[in-house]
Amino acid sequence: MISDILVNGLIAGGMYAMLAVGFALIFSVAGIVNIAHTGFYMIAAFLIFIATKYLHQSLLLASLSGVLFTIILGIICFKVLFDRVKEHVNTVMIMSIALVILFQEVLLLIFGGSFQGMDPFFAGFVEILGTRATIQHLSALLVIGLVIIGLWLWLYKTRIGSAIRAVSQDTETANLMGINVSHISLLVMAVSVGLAGIAGAVMGPIYMISPVMWLQPIVIVLASVVLGGLGSIGGAVIGAFILGYVETLAVFLIPGGSFLGGAVSLCIMILVLLIRPEGLFGIFFEEERL
Amino acid sequence: MIYLKLLYGWIRQEIFAIPGRIIALTFFLFLFLGPFITQQPYFLRIIILTCIFGIYAMSWDVLSGFTGQLSLGHALFFGVAAYTVALLDIYLHWSPWLTIPIGGVLSVLSGLFVCLPALRLRGMYLGLVTLTFPIILTGILYIFSDVTGGELGLFGMRSLSSSITLAYYTVAIIFLISAYIMYKVTDAEDKFLRIGIILHAIREDEIAARSSGIRTNRYKFIAFAVSGFFAGVAGGLYTHFMRVTGPSTLELFFSFQVILWVIFGSTATIYGPVVGVFILYPVTEIISIFAWGEPIRQIIFALILILALFFMPEGISVWILDKLEVKCPRCKLINNFIRKKCRACRAELK
Repeated sequence: MISDILVNGLIAGGMYAMLAVGFALIFSVAGIVNIAHTGFYMIAAFLIFIATKYLHQSLLLASLSGVLFTIILGIICFKVLFDRVKEHVNTVMIMSIALVILFQEVLLLIFGGSFQGMDPFFAGFVEILGTRATIQHLSALLVIGLVIIGLWLWLYKTRIGSAIRAVSQDTETANLMGINVSHISLLVMAVSVGLAGIAGAVMGPIYMISPVMWLQPIVIVLASVVLGGLGSIGGAVIGAFILGYVETLAVFLIPGGSFLGGAVSLCIMILVLLIRPEGLFGIFFEEERL
Repeated sequence: MIYLKLLYGWIRQEIFAIPGRIIALTFFLFLFLGPFITQQPYFLRIIILTCIFGIYAMSWDVLSGFTGQLSLGHALFFGVAAYTVALLDIYLHWSPWLTIPIGGVLSVLSGLFVCLPALRLRGMYLGLVTLTFPIILTGILYIFSDVTGGELGLFGMRSLSSSITLAYYTVAIIFLISAYIMYKVTDAEDKFLRIGIILHAIREDEIAARSSGIRTNRYKFIAFAVSGFFAGVAGGLYTHFMRVTGPSTLELFFSFQVILWVIFGSTATIYGPVVGVFILYPVTEIISIFAWGEPIRQIIFALILILALFFMPEGISVWILDKLEVKCPRCKLINNFIRKKCRACRAELK
């Protein structure tokens, strides 16, 4: 039981962390509240599904090309849609909502509303602490861990990483210091969509895929980003793991908990915000506080 | 006779000279003559639902457009009232005239509950917190599914009135009254009710408003209450009219849809949401009459929205009024776009 919760919470938290990091990155750098973020996750999963089922490609090739196509789609969406209306923060958000509705409806039109399964990368399972964990789950965790560590190294140890952090702290000053803000935004959008795509690639075989699979993760992603503090990337990761564990605990411990998984984690988020309105790791400037 | 002449003169100067008011007058005529134009229940039904969603959209605009308190979970108010009304009707058999106001009041109470965290938060934070409440409530509804009907929802409520024409006029009049009240509450130039200008001040700069000695929390709460009440009225009307309510009234998409309508119409104007709803909702409904239209109606909805945001990021009604109306630079009187000179002071326009 306890080890079930540990392993499943880790997997759920890992997925949310991967999605939340991408969401937090594009929000803090370009100020885009990208509701369509998990839409890209869904698109990647469906692209891989098409490539393996209808084009009979190997799963590895399908995943790589799926992620690549998702990134290209993300860049096109950024250039064509978000970049033009970026002065109006709310308009950008509405645009992303419209975009994700478009994704959902197009996929519904092509595939119908039913749930589809994908073949896993690896068959079989191993026992850890008396819990059966499939190798697919473990490899997904491994990929997520590697990607998050790689992202951290990229953001904190390279020149371009510090440019990104500079833009996220103060766009105008960063622009005055000679950082090309629009290039950085484009790059971050590509990375953010890429993270969503990788999440889709590793999670698609674990969960069933359907045209409404974006809806449940986006709520948890938003909650974990707020919980960690908007704009704080480390906070988003920690928030995601907290909510992943809370959701798993609710599902395992409360009767009828599968309905309540999301609700309980959102209650936790509201409780934290009542005590710390800026989130766990957010920064509030003193004069802005109300 | 002289009074008739005066009336004619007043109408000519105050209504026919200003394009926006001509459009409004046509709209009122259309709304009141609806059942005379067509008796088809399907079209009347669409207009009734449009009016109900119009109230809902205006209530979002009061809270988020005027006061700037971004609410991404407005379906909470709609859903709370819808379920309250449905439960009161099914278990206590109260009349719709009693249940709909009670639903509104319960929405206000739920607004009070949302205020607890919401008054301390701003901007995106607030939006993301309000987003969560309908989802939490949906979870609670599923747990008590023997009372609330769970996934299927509740059905078999009494209908709003015996005939559809009567229901049409009931909803249309409630719609106009709500629009008038919300217009008065948010009107920045009103001399008696000072709320409107304060709500604008809170949106523009909350800290400055606070420094001027305005208790912003109190006014934010008023905005939550007014908005919640009217969203609740819309929810109650919807339940009694459709005679069914379900978890779809609390869905994330339903919260987003109202935002899409209002942004399409123009925020921070009471007529904007009305325009948005009266264009988008009937269009998507009428498309779904056709066999080819049903599967692609949401696609068309999304495409219209994306195009609209491209070409008119301020919203369609502000965009159209900008094209049709010219403000005289000297006397600030509104003229139509054909005139070269102001109709009162003869100043050159532009």
